[in-house]
Amino acid sequence: MVPLPYRVIRRHLETRDSVSLDLEPVARRVAPFRPGQFTMLYARGVGEIAVSVSGDSSRADGIITQTIRDVGAVSRALHSSMPGQLVGLRGPFGTGWGIESAQGRQLVVVAGGVGLAPLRPVLLEAIRRHESHSRIVLIAGARSPSEFLFTDELDIWAAMPDVEVVLTVDQPADDWTGGVGFVTEPLSRLELAAGMTTAFICGPEPMMRFSATVLLGKGMAAQDIRISLERNMKCGVGLCGHCQLGPLLVCRDGPVVDFAVAGPLLAVREL
Amino acid sequence: MTGPEQLTDFVPFRRLTAVQRAAVARSGRTVDYAAGRRLFDEGQDAVGCWLICSGQVALSTAVPGRGQVVVQTLGPGEVLGWSWLVPPHHWHFTATALGPVSTIELDTARLRALADDEPALGYPLALGMFEVVLNRLQNSRARLLDLYGNPRER
Amino acid sequence: MPVILTRPELNELVSVLIRNGYRVIGPTLRDSEIVLDELVSGDQLPSGWGVDSGPGRYRLHRRSDAAVFGHSAGSQSWKQFLHPSRQQLWSMNGSRFDAAPVPPVRYAFLGVRPCDLAAISKLGAVLGGGQHRDGRFAGRSNGLLVIAAGCTEPGGVCFCASMGTGPAPGPGYDLALTERIDDSGHRFLVDVASEEGNRIINSLSHRPAAGFEVADARAAVSEAARRMGRQMPITDIRKLLQQSRESAVWDAVADRCLTCGNCTMVCPTCFCTTTEDLTDLTGEQVERSERWASCFETDFSYLHGGSVRTSGASRYRQWITHKLGTWHDQFGSSGCVGCGRCIAWCPVGIDITEEITALSVQRDRTETDVDVLGALSGDLDGAR
Repeated sequence: MVPLPYRVIRRHLETRDSVSLDLEPVARRVAPFRPGQFTMLYARGVGEIAVSVSGDSSRADGIITQTIRDVGAVSRALHSSMPGQLVGLRGPFGTGWGIESAQGRQLVVVAGGVGLAPLRPVLLEAIRRHESHSRIVLIAGARSPSEFLFTDELDIWAAMPDVEVVLTVDQPADDWTGGVGFVTEPLSRLELAAGMTTAFICGPEPMMRFSATVLLGKGMAAQDIRISLERNMKCGVGLCGHCQLGPLLVCRDGPVVDFAVAGPLLAVREL
Repeated sequence: MTGPEQLTDFVPFRRLTAVQRAAVARSGRTVDYAAGRRLFDEGQDAVGCWLICSGQVALSTAVPGRGQVVVQTLGPGEVLGWSWLVPPHHWHFTATALGPVSTIELDTARLRALADDEPALGYPLALGMFEVVLNRLQNSRARLLDLYGNPRER
Repeated sequence: MPVILTRPELNELVSVLIRNGYRVIGPTLRDSEIVLDELVSGDQLPSGWGVDSGPGRYRLHRRSDAAVFGHSAGSQSWKQFLHPSRQQLWSMNGSRFDAAPVPPVRYAFLGVRPCDLAAISKLGAVLGGGQHRDGRFAGRSNGLLVIAAGCTEPGGVCFCASMGTGPAPGPGYDLALTERIDDSGHRFLVDVASEEGNRIINSLSHRPAAGFEVADARAAVSEAARRMGRQMPITDIRKLLQQSRESAVWDAVADRCLTCGNCTMVCPTCFCTTTEDLTDLTGEQVERSERWASCFETDFSYLHGGSVRTSGASRYRQWITHKLGTWHDQFGSSGCVGCGRCIAWCPVGIDITEEITALSVQRDRTETDVDVLGALSGDLDGAR
């Protein structure tokens, strides 16, 4: 499993610790990705990490967008990559959000922090297929008003007639007319048709657990709630053993897993 | 006039019987607020309780150098104002309508008298208020986890 | 039809294999242990050496005969040749990523125990049976010739019979030997299972086995199944582990387990790896390599500034649950072959057959507790 060389052609600052990189294949390109999948991104001489693709899956030019938050050695190296720099890319791997199986249903998308990045592709796809989804709700939480990703796009989506966008921040905020409260608070206030709704949740694990609990409390079936799991990955292809969560290999059986499967596993301490 | 059915949209009244809800509804009236209107100020005597039917209300406090800092926003289905129920009966924060807000305002003096006279109403009402506060506490604890923080800064 | 090889003919077998371009790997005696190594001659086989093994114990002893396969549970297994402990994956040169070449090799493994034969097959399922295959493993397994050795004397830590992997070799061998030493001499009954095995046998002197010789060999192996020193409890172990995630047993074993990872190093099916990146001082040459990893490592499950599994209890639970439980979910079979190495090489002598038994007892106890509490109205002391 040898990486393919990709070049950074655009670096866009999203927040104080996150950037979005547009990557162009130097020669061969990887297979087209499905929303929710991830790639293994290599920073020269530093290492490789799993990063969910945050770009538009309908792009035909082979350019891949990945949003990187600087949290460790490899992500710092990727985060500081400038246009012209080379990275290695393997993938795409894993399961996708599977919006095809939510045809005709209402969508509730819940994003926490950088969890909005893996959700962006499925939101773009849902909007493209808006005749399939009578209602698209995005509830996005962030630490503070300056830490939302894709702020331009959030404005565009909020202005669309079929899309409801609710933003909320954890920390008390000055100069902010959006919501202040944990993401489960506007989620609790949401009126939804439980049997007709599919939910996609991505963010820190406790945030996903709490959000899924709220949705279950509203009568949704656990199978209709999909979350994106994260575990340590070295190979990304089911050979290194690192990404296990009980019986699941997150790189192969995930990262998108429905809550009926994931819920009981996430409830076990240190699994 | 507030219809008793409207009250079932709000958690504290779901445990009441229809008759009890009708009694509570008699102490309520619809009140709308324009954007920017203050519903109550920090430090004032806590009188009144607002059931938010539409719009968003911000709870804030003054922080020198930062101005009015919003600590919580509330939306439809939520109950604004709890300090009328227990001492010291003062508002802890200032409440401001973020946009046009439509509410049911309850006469809390009347509600207190009703609850004191009829423990069979007062008890489920108090449990319902407890549920509201508990939810808020759990969400506030979740915010304290600072889940979106960068691990580098821990 | 089975054939018979004499002891000298076994040596001849080794020479024939080498002449045919195979790198012959077999047991040898070194550093007070039976160590798998490359053979240049059949004389290197450990003649007359046996092993005393038990929990946390492995000692060689002199046998009264000249058996060459009279030992078990050495610290290494055949996985080190097919899935080496270190290998370079690729290097980055300018804007190119070049895979590191795997030198072509044809191994002949001589003396593969039935447990180890099953282990090679399980490794194959993991590394070669998924959507993404480990090409390097495939390359090393290409042309592999396996000469199994059936067991007639169970080792002190063995439990292959209860894992369904022995003492008779399962499918996957080219030739299978059963060593017999008695008044008639020192000989090997050879079962031939492949064309290549047949071709090799026909390149050396041998004679057909007589009916009674075959019967004797078979009997010796089935006898061995009845003399195992330990066994896994007869239960659905996958389900038991699924139900035991919150068992009190984990804290109990954690009091003893050093999380040293020996078990994962000696286990013939443990396959976990991690990657390493190397640059030279100029930063021009960049390489990535792979090395064995262990789920006992504290940063094996590292995520967002800390590890998911920090306690010893959770790491032990992960290892045994994967090996005997979730391996079924991931790869369609148990990951354990009953070789007992983890028991022998554990410094504190933890025995996984005992731990599974403890989990089973604990589960029954918990279920019984519920019934007791339901049935009785009073005394809680006795129930716990």
